Amino acid sequence: MGCVESMDYEIVLRDATFKESREFIKKQFKEYLDVQPGFKVFDTHVIGLPPIAIGLDGDFVIFPFTKPCHGTFLLRVEDKEEAARLRAIKK
Amino acid sequence: MTGEPTTQPATALLVLGCPQVPVQTSIALYLINRLKKAGIVPTVAGNKAANTLLVVADPDRHYLGEVMDLDRAIVMITENKRDFDRCFVFIHNDAGVTYAGTMSAISKAKVYTIIYGEHYEDLVKQMDFPCTPIAAKAVHNPLPLKKALDEVAPWAA
Repeated sequence: MGCVESMDYEIVLRDATFKESREFIKKQFKEYLDVQPGFKVFDTHVIGLPPIAIGLDGDFVIFPFTKPCHGTFLLRVEDKEEAARLRAIKK
Repeated sequence: MTGEPTTQPATALLVLGCPQVPVQTSIALYLINRLKKAGIVPTVAGNKAANTLLVVADPDRHYLGEVMDLDRAIVMITENKRDFDRCFVFIHNDAGVTYAGTMSAISKAKVYTIIYGEHYEDLVKQMDFPCTPIAAKAVHNPLPLKKALDEVAPWAA
């Protein structure tokens, strides 16, 4: 997930476990899809305990990002095309 | 050319966690040594700090073989460009659990989770995906974890 650092992202949640992050997405966002580890969001392969929840909120995509020393963050990135692509997969 | 079929040696991937718990580097080198003695080719994947601790400790590469960035390893396995026969994931925090669950899902390797640290018992309870846990309360002293590893002897499996 090398290019996440270069994205214009907002941190929605930090200091939570991966499972708590998944529940947060399912509770906070009406739209979400479940994917398997390795699924590509933007140009990165998401990792996590399956199923991985990806949230959708208008043109925003909310997804987990885990680093070995910093744990899991939920990131929110605005991208109309990616949100539309994920919505199409969800259907 | 003799025409005889060649057999590829077995391979193993060691997925390192955050190196803030000292036993990781020690047990990784020990495991690499045991794997190599068993004819298994080990590859290490970690973040920069975890990899550098190993590389500096073994400058002549008596133990270490290939060392790669963890994100790169994930990409290669996900894109079916590479895989391993065994995968050892070092776990002492929730991120380690996340990486182990990922490896269990994306790799065909037999996954062993090496669980240590102050909260190892809580982490063991989270192994709800296919894996063989190897666990001990080890932070500074690697011997309890070495003992647990020797009991399972994954290099002989």
